[in-house]
Amino acid sequence: MKLDTNTINKIAKLARIKLSEEEAEDLLKDMNSILDWVEQLNEVNTDSIEPLANISSSILPQRKDESSDVNSSDEILQNSPDKLEGYFAVPKVVE
Amino acid sequence: MSNLIKGKKHDWETVIGLEIHAQVKSNSKLFSSSSTTFGSKPNSQVSLVDAAMPGMLPVINKYCIEQAIKTGIGLNAKINNYSIFDRKNYFYADLPQGYQISQYKHPIVGEGKVTIDFKDGSSKDIRIVRLHLEQDAGKSLHDQNPTKTYVDLNRSGVALMEIVSEPDIRNADEAGLYINKIRSILMYLDTCDGNMQEGSLRADVNISVRKPGDDYGTRCEIKNLNSIKFIKQAINYEVKRQIEVLEEGGVIEQNTLLFNTSTGKTRPMRSKEEAHDYRYFPDPDLLPLVIGQSEIENLKNEIPELPDDRKKRYINEYNLSNYDASVLTSDKSVSDFFDSVIKVDSRLKKSSKIVVNWITSELFSLLNENDLEINNSPITPENLGKLVKLIIDDVISGKIAKDVLLEMFKTKKDPDKIIEDKGLKQVTDTSLIETIVDDVIDENHKMVDQYLLGKDKLLGFFVGQAMKKSKGKANPKILNEILKEKLSKKN
Repeated sequence: MKLDTNTINKIAKLARIKLSEEEAEDLLKDMNSILDWVEQLNEVNTDSIEPLANISSSILPQRKDESSDVNSSDEILQNSPDKLEGYFAVPKVVE
Repeated sequence: MSNLIKGKKHDWETVIGLEIHAQVKSNSKLFSSSSTTFGSKPNSQVSLVDAAMPGMLPVINKYCIEQAIKTGIGLNAKINNYSIFDRKNYFYADLPQGYQISQYKHPIVGEGKVTIDFKDGSSKDIRIVRLHLEQDAGKSLHDQNPTKTYVDLNRSGVALMEIVSEPDIRNADEAGLYINKIRSILMYLDTCDGNMQEGSLRADVNISVRKPGDDYGTRCEIKNLNSIKFIKQAINYEVKRQIEVLEEGGVIEQNTLLFNTSTGKTRPMRSKEEAHDYRYFPDPDLLPLVIGQSEIENLKNEIPELPDDRKKRYINEYNLSNYDASVLTSDKSVSDFFDSVIKVDSRLKKSSKIVVNWITSELFSLLNENDLEINNSPITPENLGKLVKLIIDDVISGKIAKDVLLEMFKTKKDPDKIIEDKGLKQVTDTSLIETIVDDVIDENHKMVDQYLLGKDKLLGFFVGQAMKKSKGKANPKILNEILKEKLSKKN
């Protein structure tokens, strides 16, 4: 599989990363060589093997349904550049 | 009933599928121990996990898993022994992680079905594709400031069950019945509080239209509807819009729409170029969820009597119609109330239809007028049972019973006490009724003559006069008999 610049730009857009044309060219080369390397796995026959979600064989740890009231607002909003009456204030996003 | 809609050129069929988001009724969130209480101070219930601080790890809430399994059992669905949590990636201000933890290819619950019941007594199965667990996002307020959006993360990370139906729904009414049925099952199971106003239950509706027999048309998805009324309005508007576009030779573009509740119209939310590509992949912070068969069996034992079972019981034991039984069982508290009324006296079982009518018409209208729920009814099931018993025993007439019911509603008094105090007992003493009838005949000679000449309709007049004299307490059946007999003797 070979990527083209359009795909690179699409991935960049989805990740909200702004790329210059040169950066996109560099990344295209890098990502194609990564894909080439990963594609070696295609040589292994995996027809009867279920995809693996996690390499660990441990069991998903679970917790009880107990709530701890933290009254977090001051601490949570501490790093926010803009806030109002307990809310984060962000540039307007309307869909 | 035909499901086809007449267009200008030919008939159209509507195809609808629903994605219902039901909030799990839990104390804490799906992957953190923050509280889930609704309406708290903004950002007061946000742990470092919910705010996606670097290095924080999610730990799953066992109770939420159990509720999803129980709901799956209630939806007659397959519970998967192995399921996986995936990351659904997108950027939005109220999603601090930059992804939602959800389930994609391996959900916790697989295929199931629910049955909806129509007024004419027929019913239809709607198939369920899956139910999966996922995190809710935070809440954005867009209309408070012209340049800012305000974000509250209290809801961020709360557990949701997303229930996806097959496109088996054919019109707005079926959609309403389906969501009502899901809501009722959730509330019987107590896995979700079903509160649509607070957003504990909301739906995305997928709609397309096609010529009967054709393949599915291109669908549009209307997002985030939180009342059955809006769901129906949105469907009816969107169906009309799609048919108009197609009949004018246009094409439907696959779009995500928002429904404006004040204009009753839908509008596109995201344009196609920016269509989301969620790039799902298994969340490396979470191991696969393995559920043993014994755990599923244990949870099966905790399942209470569900609406369909209760409906069957009502049909078999009380001889109610399929529709009456489904109306009664759709709201658990109404159905519980009915069960308690029936228990008041063994003879009420045979008069169950009368009990249903007194609950669904008389009691409901009093509750509606006073903006009360049945749980807060001033009339207890015991007292309503006593009242119906008084009616079937001919102690009071149905007409007087309405007055007694009103008095019970106002004073919370026992109906026996009310009719005792007010002297409302029905008169069944024939000699007393005979005297009244004699008086009526004596006072209305002209009318009697006319009646005897063949004006049969006047019988109602005499009954009315006699009732009035008895202050509404004469037993109508006995009164009618005596009146007819005495009038015929005049001839």
